[in-house]
Amino acid sequence: MSTATLDSPPAPADDVIPTFTVTLIIRRFNPDTDDEPTWQDFDVEMYPTDRVLDALHKIKWEQDGSLTFRRSCAHGICGSDAMRINGRNRLACKTLIKDLDITKPIYVEAIKGLPLEKDLVVDMEPFFASFREVQPFLIASSKPEKERIQSVAERARFDDTTKCILCAACTSSCPVFWTDGQYFGPAAIVNAHRFIFDSRDEGANVRLDILNDKEGVWRCRTTFNCSEACPRGIQVTQAIAEVKQAIMRGKP
Amino acid sequence: MTEYADGSVVDGVHYHQFDIVIVGAGGAGMRAAIEAGPKANTAVISKLYPTRSHTGAAQGGMAAALANVEEDNWEWHTFDTVKGGDYLVDQDAAEVLAKEAIDAIYDLENMGLPFNRTPDGKIDQRRFGGHTRDHGKAPVRRACYAADRTGHMILQTLYQNCVKFGINFFNEYYVLDLVMVSDGFGGQKPAGVVAFELATGDIHVFQAKAVIFATGGFGKIYKTTSNAHTLTGDGVGIVWRKGLPLEDMEFYQFHPTGLAGLGILLSEAARGEGAILRNSEGERFMERYAPTIKDLAPRDIVARCMALEIREGRGAGPHKDYVYLDITHLDPAVIDAKLPDITEFARTYLGVEPYTEPVPVLPTAHYAMGGIPTNIQAEVLSDNTTVVPGLYAAGECACVSVHGSNRLGTNSLLDINVFGKRAGNSAAEYVKTAEWVELPEDPAAGVRTLVENARNSNGTERIAIIRRELQESMDRNAQVFRTEESLTEVTEVIHNLRERYKNILVQDKGKRFNTDLLEAIELGFLLDLAEVVVYSARNRKESRGAHMREDFPTRDDVNHMQHTMAYLSGDPMSADAGDHIRLDWKPVVVTRYQPMERKY
Repeated sequence: MSTATLDSPPAPADDVIPTFTVTLIIRRFNPDTDDEPTWQDFDVEMYPTDRVLDALHKIKWEQDGSLTFRRSCAHGICGSDAMRINGRNRLACKTLIKDLDITKPIYVEAIKGLPLEKDLVVDMEPFFASFREVQPFLIASSKPEKERIQSVAERARFDDTTKCILCAACTSSCPVFWTDGQYFGPAAIVNAHRFIFDSRDEGANVRLDILNDKEGVWRCRTTFNCSEACPRGIQVTQAIAEVKQAIMRGKP
Repeated sequence: MTEYADGSVVDGVHYHQFDIVIVGAGGAGMRAAIEAGPKANTAVISKLYPTRSHTGAAQGGMAAALANVEEDNWEWHTFDTVKGGDYLVDQDAAEVLAKEAIDAIYDLENMGLPFNRTPDGKIDQRRFGGHTRDHGKAPVRRACYAADRTGHMILQTLYQNCVKFGINFFNEYYVLDLVMVSDGFGGQKPAGVVAFELATGDIHVFQAKAVIFATGGFGKIYKTTSNAHTLTGDGVGIVWRKGLPLEDMEFYQFHPTGLAGLGILLSEAARGEGAILRNSEGERFMERYAPTIKDLAPRDIVARCMALEIREGRGAGPHKDYVYLDITHLDPAVIDAKLPDITEFARTYLGVEPYTEPVPVLPTAHYAMGGIPTNIQAEVLSDNTTVVPGLYAAGECACVSVHGSNRLGTNSLLDINVFGKRAGNSAAEYVKTAEWVELPEDPAAGVRTLVENARNSNGTERIAIIRRELQESMDRNAQVFRTEESLTEVTEVIHNLRERYKNILVQDKGKRFNTDLLEAIELGFLLDLAEVVVYSARNRKESRGAHMREDFPTRDDVNHMQHTMAYLSGDPMSADAGDHIRLDWKPVVVTRYQPMERKY
């Protein structure tokens, strides 16, 4: 999975797989020279099974080296390449061209609600600052000699929220986060949930207090954008609802 | 001499001071930081946000003889590691790895890692290739795991604990140079590192008493690879350019089960849970090659057997150019609970439903056994025995050597934890008494030149094309099978590409987030390291572990049971690699196990 143009899966038959021309319309912004972002068209030859990330690479590597985006693992694990593709937050490396409507251009822009740095790159620092604020680490006073015992059911209780890759697709799809600027956002709450419902953790009340703040969970308007955006399939809205219920109960 | 105080800016270069600087924020770097951070003023400098590191892509598990589900002990684990590495493993290091594995797992669990559990609430364990009961009698359940996202959980847990301890991170800072000065005894020692800040294009000098390299691998020298785009061997390349040796670079692991055509990894845990490799005739071919442990033979053997099946016409598919990984006989509930991510990869990227269809797979470049030589304290060596004071390395970039000529699955997540921890502790101990090392005049000069030369590259050669030609030639000539002829061919290719590299085009001339410039510099490291891999491979005229020479098909313990040590010793641009690479041998540490024929 290195070079985009050569990354096609094995041929289904002996004939050559047809390529087709895709138009990407990308929202460009060069902080050294531009006052405002502008949209720019690129035509690229792609295979149906190529990913949007492959198309971006093809543009960068063959047409315009200044096109700027983050990426690393290229298979949906590292969380680098969340972006808005046809108005929806997705990972470019998990979005196959054939799954989009290829009769129309593909619109690509940076995720919203975080300061735009360049092209598809935003400043992630506010996002990680929210994450750090919810104390996203195990708080436990005991120091066992071996492992702490945890039942299969207790482990399953918080499994869904352990899958988070901190890509910010959820947080930057949230209308409250766009307009508010103070709201923790879904990802931070997901990561709080991961510890609040871990049977080994003793810090639930600290985190519930933090999230009970006026800028905390109560800002969520359950629009479900976050759940739809999550590339890991985490039930984000449900996790937020469970945290709300825990606050009302006063315990997990 | 100019004083470069912490926080000062001199001629546009930012200066920082830390007792310990860790380069790389994957598993090894962050595990080191958790040890060093509370004891000394520590910074972690990373090309990526820490949670983007490729430790997160590891899937199947982390080995430790906990004996939670069946009888096991660290001595069996040590033996398997030595045999798996085809006796090129330093046995004292393997013993450290296997012994300290147990505490390494408990450390992670205590830090919060959500391992899968047994019915009685302990950490669950499963089978993995090459890990056996009582010296090869049968597969043993030794891999501790969290579904098929164990690496993700390790990376997240370590980052969470770095947040807890308030570790200083410099994210998206690309380290490009190691500042070395005379140690007063005829050797050298580090005074710090120089980094390029991606967001601004500014240069930063980090003065430090101790430097730990934890920069990961360089799988991008190959085209078909499980490695991330960012795994370009920068740290290993920096050390190489400083004239320090690299060890066993010819040993590169090809993981048997990459998604065909893509290289995306499908964990060996699939076979640990019962998956079977089949050829075009539906035959479970590994039964013929490894009758005792079959599909759970070590990776070098399985990858070669797959390549042989294809070569002999039993490949599957319309072009007979891959084999199948079959999990259709497993209960879908088991697949969902234990292998959720890899089955989703098959669905997303190949459109194959693993519940009902076998998945096309091919070997994919996965892991460098070689790297920066260290001793078991994670101290970097400047020759076979001499320690570079204050310089450490851990993880894939390092070569301790616990993996020898072929790493066992689940031993790399273990390696980063055991030797990451050791590196952090060794550095913390060292800086207690070490003095500040004075920086040379204008320590950023080399990096400034490197960056400005790259930015001002107005040639005609595309970076991506040079990189692709390198990767294609490496896949063709230096993959699972190698010969003098193939290695000679790729040597010439690399030389020509290096000539063309002088004439590259960097289109982005800007300061901020210049990833065009970044890729240009990364390509330079890839070219350097590919040459060392190939040159070391040409010199090893035997077949051992992952290094299969068809012109020398047997293992030669008399002449070659030794580590390769490669040194940069002349103008790297000279046409003949022999004019600028000097090779030497280093003895293998043998304690308990004499080499035997390797059968499974």
